This record gives sequence, C-alpha cells and structure tokens, in this order.
Amino acid sequence: MKVIDIKKLDKVYNDSEVKVHAIQGIDLSFEEGEFTAIVGPSGSGKTTLLNMLGGLDRPTEGEIFIAETPVHELKGADLVDFRLRNIGFVFQAYNLVPVLTARENVEFIMQMQGIPAHKRFERTKELLTQVGLGDRIDSRPSKLSGGQQQRVAVARALASKPKFVLADEPTANLDSKSTENLLDIMEKLNKEEKITFIFSTHDQRVVKKARRVITIEDGKVLSDVKK
Amino acid sequence: MIIQISWKNVWRNRTRSLIIMIAILLGIFGGMFLLAFMQGMTEQRLSSALKTEVSHIQIHSEKYLENNDFNQYMTDISAIDEYLSTDKRVQGYSTRIIIYSLAKTSEMGAGVRITGVDPENEINVTDLNTKIIDGSYFENTRGMPIVIGEKLAKKLKAKVRKKIVLQVQDTSGKTFPSAFRVAGIYKTTNTAFDEMNVFVRNKDLRELTGFNENNAHEIAIYLNNRENVTAVENDLESIFPAFTVESWSEGNAILAYMSEAMDQYLIIFILIILFALFFGIANTMLMAILERRKELGMLMAIGMKRFKVFRMIMYETIFLSLVGAMLGIIIAFLTITYFAKNGLNLSIWSEGLEAIGYDPIVYFQLDTSYLLQIVVMVIITGILASILPAIKALKLNPADALRIDN
Repeated sequence: MKVIDIKKLDKVYNDSEVKVHAIQGIDLSFEEGEFTAIVGPSGSGKTTLLNMLGGLDRPTEGEIFIAETPVHELKGADLVDFRLRNIGFVFQAYNLVPVLTARENVEFIMQMQGIPAHKRFERTKELLTQVGLGDRIDSRPSKLSGGQQQRVAVARALASKPKFVLADEPTANLDSKSTENLLDIMEKLNKEEKITFIFSTHDQRVVKKARRVITIEDGKVLSDVKK
Repeated sequence: MIIQISWKNVWRNRTRSLIIMIAILLGIFGGMFLLAFMQGMTEQRLSSALKTEVSHIQIHSEKYLENNDFNQYMTDISAIDEYLSTDKRVQGYSTRIIIYSLAKTSEMGAGVRITGVDPENEINVTDLNTKIIDGSYFENTRGMPIVIGEKLAKKLKAKVRKKIVLQVQDTSGKTFPSAFRVAGIYKTTNTAFDEMNVFVRNKDLRELTGFNENNAHEIAIYLNNRENVTAVENDLESIFPAFTVESWSEGNAILAYMSEAMDQYLIIFILIILFALFFGIANTMLMAILERRKELGMLMAIGMKRFKVFRMIMYETIFLSLVGAMLGIIIAFLTITYFAKNGLNLSIWSEGLEAIGYDPIVYFQLDTSYLLQIVVMVIITGILASILPAIKALKLNPADALRIDN
C-alpha cells in the first residue's frame, strides 16, 4: 500500500530577489514498511522535500497524497491536525521539551490527540521500553545522553501511531555507538511493527542500513536504488 | 498539561523569572504601601479636622458667610436648638459666638478668631478638651477664662494663668479691651489652627457684648455617623430655610477636594506602576520566546495547534505576573495591617506635617475595594502583557524555526 504519493512536485522560493527553484518536478512514492534514506549534498533540495513530506511547507505546484489525503490542499489547523495524527517527527537536535520528563514528552503528543490518561500511560511505558529506556521514564532530557534523548524522540514520534516517521538527520549529533544502537532500534521497529521510516541523512551508516536510497541533486531525483 | 508546561516554563530561567517577579513584587508592594499610607493620612486629617475644627454640619445666617461680620448673626435659634436636641442622629451640637479680633499680652499682639462656646456642649462636638497640654479646659481661673493654642501662646509669650487682653466689639459696634486669663493651652495636629483660634465662654461674651441668648453666629453639629451628613443637612435645610446649612464638604472646599482628589491621584499612581510592569513583563516574555523559537517550532511541527501555543505563552506570562503580584499583595497587606495598628511615626518631619494639619503618626488604611481593584488590575496587566509575546509565538513558521541553530 502506498503511504506517500508525490506527483510533479515543484517548489519555488520567491521571497528573496533571486528565484530559487528548490524542487523541480519530482515524482516519488513510498510504500508501507519502507526503510528509506534520502541523501544529497547541502542545497540539493533535500530539506525542502522533507518539509513538504512532513506537511511543514506547501508545494508551488504538484500534489502530495499521504494515505490518500491530498496534503497539498490542507491549510492551517487542518494541516496541523493532519501532522499530529499521521506523521511522526525525529529531528537532528532531538528537540525534546526540556521541562518535561521522558514520559511526559511522549505522553504530551497523545494528550494532544485526546487519548485518555490510562491508555496514554500504558502506551508510553511500552514505547519507552521498546527503545530501551524503560528504567528512565521519569528522567528529564538534561539527565539523558544524546543517544538516549534521540531514543525518547523516536518513542515520541511513534506515540501518535503515525503512518510514517520522518527523521531529519537523526544521527548527525550522535557518536558511533549511539548511532548503531539507534539504528538497531529503528530497524527492529520497522521489521517487527511494520513502521515506515524515511530519513534524510549524510551518514553512511544510515545509508548502509537503508533498504532504499534516493539521491537528490539540484531539486531533482538523481537516483532511486532499492537494495 | 498546557498549564503544567507553562508553569514549568516559568522556572526555566530562574534568575530572569525571579528578577521580574521581584520587580513586580516591589512595584505592587510600593504602590499598595503608598496607597494605604496616603489613604490613612488623608482619613486621619479629615477625621481630625472634622472632630477638632470643622464638625459635620454648620449653620449660619446667610450674610455671615459673605464677610464674617459680627452683626450678621442668626436670631431666634431656639427652634433649631429644640430640633437638634431630639434628633437621634446628632451626637452633639454647639452654639457659638464668633469675633475676629486682636489678642494682646504685655509682650506681643496677634490677630485671632475668638469663639465663644458653652464648654459642656462643646465637648460633644469637638475634642478641644482632650487637646489641653497645659492648664485646664475652662477651669480653675479667677476672672474670664480663655483657652489658646500652643503656637499662639509661644507667639504671645503667654502662659497658664497669665492675662490676655482681647479687643471685643459690642452689638452697637463699639470696640473695647477686655482681660481674660489663660485657663489652658491646647495643641492640635494643625499649628495654623492653633495659632488662629482662641476659645472663651459664651456666657462671658454675652455679658461683654450684650449679645442676646437667642442669637448666635454659628451652630456646629457633630453626628454619630459621617454617612448621615447629607440626610441631616437636607432635613435642616427644609425645616429652617431662613438659615444657611452647610456640610463639612461644602464649607471646606480644600478638605473636600483633598479627600476626593486623593482617590484619583492614587489610581493614577497605581496605573503608572502597572504600566511600567507591563513593559517589564512583556519584555521578559519576548526574550523567553526568542530563546525558545526552535522548541516552539518543534511543538507546532509535531502537531500543537497555534491556539494552544498562544495559550501556553499566555498562561506562562500570567503565572509570571501573578506570582510576584500575589507575593507583593500579601507582603503589603501584612505591612499595612501592622502600620494600621501601630502607626508609622514620622516625627522627624513632624513640624512640617503639623503646619499643614497632619498628625505625625500615620495609621495606614486600605479599603477592601481598593485591594480588589489592584488585584483585578494586576491580572489585566498580566493578560495584556502576554498578548504581544503570544502573538509573536503565533507568527513562527515551524519549518523556519526548526532550522534555527541554538
């Protein structure tokens, strides 16, 4: 089943004096259960593509369907709500709320979805155990290592039961051991729970693990390799 | 959970939050302290002016008020006398003869206002008898007693039992000197009053001037309750239209203005403090948001609606304002309660204060209505100050905010 379907995607930034054609007519689709890396040099349009996949930016031309919903037509609160219920985010700098504990960080997103308290608590515990932090649920981010924080971020991304997880350079701030650990956890979740992961990355370790690698350059798909 | 996060966010930058909270605390404390101080001082001045000098209601003949002429007295006052003695709202009243004249000792002379009173009735209207600092209240003297103020006594170099000569006018217009003996020296909180006013017995003045028993220049009335002034005044006016009946506020424009204007000054003063706090709070929150752009962007990206972000920032601002304000109000309340009971002694400056009629010991006073008004105004200030930062947060674009390097 197609999770994401992109048709003739175009993005032009008009705000500066120079017109920037960041994405030029990209057609792509992603199936459920993929473990895909999007790679490309800085300025290739990788981040722009990712923002549009995540519903954070709107295309100038073209269509994006996520689980058959035309995301390019959504606006304002509807778009926010769509992100909340369909897309999990993992960021390069972890971006946890520093005043909340690991448990609260994960729970918060479910609360926004209106899930009742007892269910939230169960699921939070389960998720944090899955990422190997069952014993750190009441720790604040400042008491956790970078790798641990990123694992909380993965648990948070999964909390809303999204259609897919979008991870923007998730390993860029991690040492190799933490990277290894994080990738193993994500791979396991992908295989056992059928969770779809899409990464943007420079990291060869991520590229090596990915089962599909899409290379972007100058706003176009240069190659799309399935292993 | 939004409220919880907002509360936790307040304590993120402890130092900064504490500084702004202390600023709010001091602002509110200072405002309330001054408010209670001024209100206490004004009220004290007012009640002492009413009790010692003015009384609640005064009755004169219409023409007397124009120029204080000795010959413009009220005639046939027995009807008022009878009426006042039966009105239950009246605590006491005093019939007075008044002469503006000269007082002399062997050393010096001074212009004075001579008030003839019936000493027994006068104590129900004014508290002159309690202000005697030397000698007595019209007692133990040979000859005609006179009670004078301390300031005048100093000026005339007069002492108890010494002679003072008053220039007195009779009903035919002739003036002549009469010797009185100082029975007592009084001291009020108003030195100007003490310097000007001397008191003698009506009985003596009537004998000297040929002033009829049924005539008087002034009837001063003191009520059991200040609230009844207008009602009693209206009754008297309708029953005795021949006389001019004035409440304290009509007869003493300055006193009335002081008590009304003070309320307005205080409100303006509080508003200025709140205005300053408004900018302090808004600035702190704008900084807090600037620092957290990335986090706010992340929250919006993962699905936090703008309205929730707006609410979160508003709660945070309101918490920040209220913690300081509530502490300020509590501390101010305790301080005010203390000074309301024990008074604040300003005797270092007492000479200046007494010259304008103020008691050097100020007993603080703060109406509950003021307290409520302040609480409401602080909350409104907090809400207003939160709007700008909250709007700023609303304008963040999650995709841009996430790209900010911390």
